[in-house]
Amino acid sequence: MVDIRYDLAFTLYPYEKVAAQDHPPARHPVVVIGGGPVGMALAVDLGQRGTPVLLLDDHEGVGQGSRAICFSKRTLEICDRLGFGQAVHDKGVIWNVGRVFHGETPVFNFDLQPEDGDKFPAFVNLQQPYFEKFATKAARTAQNQGAPIEIRGRNRVTQIDQHDTYAVLTVETPDGSYQIEADWVIACDGARSPSRKMLGLEFKGRVFEDNFLIADVKMTADFPSERWFWFEPPFEGAGQSALLHKQPDDIWRIDFQLGWDIDRDAELDPANIRRRVDAMLSSQTGTVPAYDLEWISIYTFQCRRMEKFVHNRVIFAGDAAHQVSPFGARGANSGLQDIDNLAWKLELVVKGLAGDALIESYDMERSHGADENILNSSRATDFMTPKSAISKVFRNAVLTLAQKHDFARPLVNSGRLSVPCIYDDLPLNGPDMMTGPARTRVGASCPDAPFGDGFLLENIGGKFTLLVLNTQAPQDLCEAGIEIETLITHTPSAELRTRYLGQHDAAVYLIRPDQHIVARWPTFDETALRAALRTAIAKDRV
Amino acid sequence: MSLILHPNIKNTDGFYDTLLGAHDGLSKSESDAFNARLILILANHIGDREILTQALLAAKL
Repeated sequence: MVDIRYDLAFTLYPYEKVAAQDHPPARHPVVVIGGGPVGMALAVDLGQRGTPVLLLDDHEGVGQGSRAICFSKRTLEICDRLGFGQAVHDKGVIWNVGRVFHGETPVFNFDLQPEDGDKFPAFVNLQQPYFEKFATKAARTAQNQGAPIEIRGRNRVTQIDQHDTYAVLTVETPDGSYQIEADWVIACDGARSPSRKMLGLEFKGRVFEDNFLIADVKMTADFPSERWFWFEPPFEGAGQSALLHKQPDDIWRIDFQLGWDIDRDAELDPANIRRRVDAMLSSQTGTVPAYDLEWISIYTFQCRRMEKFVHNRVIFAGDAAHQVSPFGARGANSGLQDIDNLAWKLELVVKGLAGDALIESYDMERSHGADENILNSSRATDFMTPKSAISKVFRNAVLTLAQKHDFARPLVNSGRLSVPCIYDDLPLNGPDMMTGPARTRVGASCPDAPFGDGFLLENIGGKFTLLVLNTQAPQDLCEAGIEIETLITHTPSAELRTRYLGQHDAAVYLIRPDQHIVARWPTFDETALRAALRTAIAKDRV
Repeated sequence: MSLILHPNIKNTDGFYDTLLGAHDGLSKSESDAFNARLILILANHIGDREILTQALLAAKL
């Protein structure tokens, strides 16, 4: 049997018996475990590359509850490459104004205007079920166009046996169990990853333990689309911090950081929740708007990661590999960066164009990302929940000064918003032969900019690209069996010049399929380019 | 540039008097909060992370 652990928001891949269940184990190049935002996006990415992928999910669709609600610009850019960024953007809520309070006192407000020349805003708010629905729709669209993606709902992996060059999965279905062989297994099965437990792997790190009460309330009354954040909220029993944040469909997300020792049942009592929510919603106007409680949940987080994300033939991604606090929107967004990093590497390895060293580079690069996220998340947690008397004195000094002086505002830490990870000084990087802008240095993900009638990132996703600004380079370059697309412009937009040329008149950038920069030069140098490409696919590494 | 650790304030006695005077009438917790604000203001004025690191080390004795 396959137990149902949660109710579905949308049924998207109902169980259907397949012939493979009655046959000896079939070999698949890539099997993805888990159809959440990370697993489904990976399936779309692989499928669009023509790499056969089988996705197994133990349910038949998307679970209820808003869960991850902040999707960053980088995530939108990755999703745009996969064909569903616009859908996420269009359904999502864009907010600019944030207000920070300390107890009853307003500390400061900020206004996040979008950056000129980018296709997408800094982030949008959207309930996770919509994100998963759009990702699944993109998978269906790709399937209809011939992409080799197969999704099997209500297929629960119960056992993983590792061999030298493949793994065997035992899969439970409503019609009994069967086995599948996979060259590569990608475990995207969430923070409580059953795959991790099946392999007996640890999930370690600096552990913060905290409980968050989440209440999604529906208000049709006029209420500002702003982000309100309280340090030491003045509402009775509201804990260390509280957050009010807008989602689509007239829903507001309210988070209360309750601490570790709580009485779960009492906290989940709707009367208790309403008392706090009433106090919060009326705090600025004195009146309680009409609202309905749509969804309530308590969740616990730990800030930690697996020591290694690659274990022979099983690779971990997303929350299965690393978990952070919710401050800064670094959970789902880092998971999307994981699969952005992994998909093209898997494609090349499955095609025989690169070796296992390229898979190892996923571990190095995304460990770097996970460490950065854990560091930022830990610092935010330390600011919000001071661990000593003196740290509280300094925290409160910052909040007091921030009311009067803007120098103190950058010290206020209610979560540093997820920005794309830069793979500084890692082995896949080629040479940086320019004193160009820092944000386009080797290892960075490409910032967007207007390009032709559209945007740069619309033109460079999915394959290795040579971006050539104000100089010449040949078309149809090929190295180590990999084709390099050449994209030349002699009329770069102002933003493209600022972000990619700086003080230089011309530049040549080698860009990976995940839009990270491999190398840059002031002029085209074929020998150097070929060497950089080999470096970028770990061709000569053992 | 390195952290200045030789006499650098004119009328040192006057400054010391002003510093203590700023704490007059404050409770222990108010004084602690005042000191924290003062440190943050001075640190921002200095700005240079290298100097600030040297100052943190010097304060450790």
